[in-house]
Amino acid sequence: MTRSLPLIGFLLLVGLFGFGIWWNTRHDPREVPSPLIGKPAPAFVLPLLEDPATTVSKASMLGKPYLVNVFASWCVACGEEHPVLMAEGRTLGVPLVGYDYKDAPDDARAWLARHGNPYDMVVADQPGRTAIDFGVYGAPESFLIDAKGVIRYKHIGPFTPEVIERELKPLIAQLKRGTAP
Amino acid sequence: MTPELGQLALILAMLLALAQGVLPLVGAWRGNRALMAVARPAAAGQAVFVAMAFGLLVWAFLRFDFSVQYVADNSNLALPWYYRIAAVWGAHEGSMLLWVLILNVWTVALAAFSRQLPEAFLARVLGVLGIVAVGFLAFIIFTSNPFARLLPMPPDGGDLNPVLQDPGMTFHPPVLYMGYVGFSVAFAFSIAALLGGSLEQGWVRWARPWTNAAWAFLTCGIVAGSWWAYAELGWGGWWFWDPVENASFMPWLVGVALIHAQAVTEKRGSLRAWTILLSIFAFSLSLLGTFLVRSGVLTSVHAFASDPRRGLYILAFLAIVIGGSLLLYAVRAPKVAGGKAFALLSRETVILIANLMFTVAAAMVLLGTLFPLIGDALHLGKISVGPPYFGFLFPLLMLPVVLLLPFGPFLRWGKSEAGPLKSVLLRVAVAAVACAIVAAFFVQGQARAIAGVAAAVWCGVGTLLYVYKRWREMPRGRRYPAEMAGMLLAHFGLGVFLVGVLLSESLSVTRDVRMAPGDMQTVGTYTFRFDGVHATRGPNWHAEQGTVTVLQDGRTIDVMHPQKRTYPRGQVQTESAIDPGVTRDLYVALGEPMDPNNLEGAWALRLYAKPFVRWIWGGGLFMMLGGFVAAADRRFRAGRAPAKVAVEPALLAKESRA
Amino acid sequence: MSRALVRLLAVLLLAFAGLAAAQAIDPLPFKDQAQEVRFQNLTRQLRCLVCQNENLADSNADLARDLRHEVFGLMQQGKSDDEIKQYLVDRYSDFVLYDPPVKPSTWLLWFGPGLFLALGAAVVLVTIRKRGRATRIDSRLVDNATIEQGDDW
Repeated sequence: MTRSLPLIGFLLLVGLFGFGIWWNTRHDPREVPSPLIGKPAPAFVLPLLEDPATTVSKASMLGKPYLVNVFASWCVACGEEHPVLMAEGRTLGVPLVGYDYKDAPDDARAWLARHGNPYDMVVADQPGRTAIDFGVYGAPESFLIDAKGVIRYKHIGPFTPEVIERELKPLIAQLKRGTAP
Repeated sequence: MTPELGQLALILAMLLALAQGVLPLVGAWRGNRALMAVARPAAAGQAVFVAMAFGLLVWAFLRFDFSVQYVADNSNLALPWYYRIAAVWGAHEGSMLLWVLILNVWTVALAAFSRQLPEAFLARVLGVLGIVAVGFLAFIIFTSNPFARLLPMPPDGGDLNPVLQDPGMTFHPPVLYMGYVGFSVAFAFSIAALLGGSLEQGWVRWARPWTNAAWAFLTCGIVAGSWWAYAELGWGGWWFWDPVENASFMPWLVGVALIHAQAVTEKRGSLRAWTILLSIFAFSLSLLGTFLVRSGVLTSVHAFASDPRRGLYILAFLAIVIGGSLLLYAVRAPKVAGGKAFALLSRETVILIANLMFTVAAAMVLLGTLFPLIGDALHLGKISVGPPYFGFLFPLLMLPVVLLLPFGPFLRWGKSEAGPLKSVLLRVAVAAVACAIVAAFFVQGQARAIAGVAAAVWCGVGTLLYVYKRWREMPRGRRYPAEMAGMLLAHFGLGVFLVGVLLSESLSVTRDVRMAPGDMQTVGTYTFRFDGVHATRGPNWHAEQGTVTVLQDGRTIDVMHPQKRTYPRGQVQTESAIDPGVTRDLYVALGEPMDPNNLEGAWALRLYAKPFVRWIWGGGLFMMLGGFVAAADRRFRAGRAPAKVAVEPALLAKESRA
Repeated sequence: MSRALVRLLAVLLLAFAGLAAAQAIDPLPFKDQAQEVRFQNLTRQLRCLVCQNENLADSNADLARDLRHEVFGLMQQGKSDDEIKQYLVDRYSDFVLYDPPVKPSTWLLWFGPGLFLALGAAVVLVTIRKRGRATRIDSRLVDNATIEQGDDW
């Protein structure tokens, strides 16, 4: 029996590696799950991209759910996501808030002018300070925040129509019915 | 045309490997001498074809044959010829080819130097090596063909990763692979012993020089890699506990255990099953390293581009080779404890404890390396395991080894008296404490530095005491057999290594500073003066080169030239400047200009003073030398092993009754 | 260009965005040497999230620089190392810590090696006792043939 222990240990390892290969085909290894899901969104006060004199805060957004989409003009994957948001943004039934991350405002405005603007409003975080409170580590990232200001969902990387159908829309429907867990 | 020739050579090599892997094993099983005789010529033929394929790939690089995808990806017209050769093993496909080439080098060396081995035994050993070669050649041919064409041929290629464009990198992979692959010999010996199933102990003696040599190569490869990381990556670190580094460190640790276990088994006949198991582990961990680096299951700074198909292939291959060996072990390993008995106070006991610690350390490194994956599998969340974990547990596990090291050589096989050991203990303890007290005055109470001095003196003085004892007691010519000299060198190397690690880790000073031309900064007792930046260029890069003058007590010690290079594809690479010294390294890395539009102005620089850091690699080189010296012992080369150590049947009977 | 290639390129650019603009060599106005050393030790234990496997101290990435400055700022506010770590864990999860905290999900990691050691030590102990008993049964076994003219090698 003791002579077969090394074999048993090795078979466990093989199982683990097999799992690892399978897991890596379905998950981006760079994806880090956010600890903020189910927690109140951090307080923020950010200027609007189009009108820097006006600010938007967490308090001003309370009362209805909204989707925050972190993007930047320098971010290539955001360009890939952009047409999806253009097509589906208005059908979500919640306001879509663009979060311009570490970007020169002129670049961002030019980018939106060229590719179209799917957002109901765009806030700008040029220094990227508030993004740290949200645990943002790249772009695009998206946060679904409910009427009480609690983060319900985070998607890392570009949205695809499938992800919106499968993950985002059912959650939004739940939030609207007020049956969110 | 040549790429197709290379591919053809690989296919022929695989067919020969298949013949080498199957026929001699069948022959040894059936007692068919004609089949056994296939082993040698098949191995030689395989080596010729693999060398041909390798040569053709080198040739393709040298003459810029960008119609070969691999060449186009990893070189360009501006890359100097020496880096074009290094580019052969700069990426996945070519490095696998290097792996197989080195496997063939070991196989041919084994076939050439083992004419004294029993025919059936050698046939089995070469057969096992043939099977390993089949697996790797098939892997190259079916999933990672270095000769794949790229048509139409691009006018110029990509680039070899600039990080790899360093003299250390031309040297590090071949030597490291010599170590990894070298463990295949010990592995093949122990599998042949399991297959043969005889009570013959001789195989351990024949395997020992090969194991020592492989371990020495591995040591050298790790030292070279560590040196390269220090000099090239630009952050002044010499070991990061990155998964890829751990992949080379685990076989090394098991290799240490194996070298000691083999000594016990050869000389005393004990620990036979354990030695076989360790041989399997050492090679398995080498294969595992290959898997981890290429399958993408772990995140590492220097992993190869990953591909699940390749990962799956290597996993299947691992399952067959390692699983098969462990199954064979489970079925055929010697069931009774053989060999001579030993008392509590004996060299066997100490070696057994050291074996335990090294094996547990290897298991700890494996667990830490794989834990993020285990975390994914068991949904424990995404977890990072890094230097703080390994750096805490590893020294704890190695503490008993360091403490026991001076006594090992003084202990006798079988049974020792406590008296001589007490006097050794007294002497090394006094020396260690005295040096620690002296050191305490120089290191501002840094506990780790004091511990480093004490531990190093403990090991060093312990080893020197034994050298002195042999000098006094033995007649000339018999004082230091090569095997013992190797052991002493390696043990002494550990002392040197400890000085390097503990002193440089605790006393190093790092500063990130902003310096305008003419500015001075002080690090320790050294003053660094920044004298500005000018443009310079090399064969395939242009750079901003800083000039930093180092002064001590008003005297100029050195003028250093750290660079920030830009390669043709726009990759930026810092090239740090190092002023080496026995007691300290000074190290300068150039960052960015504080104002991107004003290169004449202030720059960011990182300055280091690293006391005794060179001793880390110096200790490693002592260990390497020890491995080679021990491997060269004439005793291992002398004809057939005497049957003296074979297990006595009477003893076996006695033990199975007990 | 195939879609897969575009994706790959996008991922690469995402990973290296800002590489040219930022750098790991990052002079900060520390109060004194002690604080600088503390900062270096702390940032070496924190992981750069967007890198392959690099710590904050050595990373070139833009985000790593932002987080270094965040850590620096928190230090100036008088926060302790543990508070700073907690601050980052709250935002980025335990993944930022190279020193995983001891809790039920990491028990295997932290106590596994101890378990290996205990099991191995038990085996070694049994072996030594068994073989030790054999020496008492028959002292002949201890005299060994390899001790020739007092050379126990």
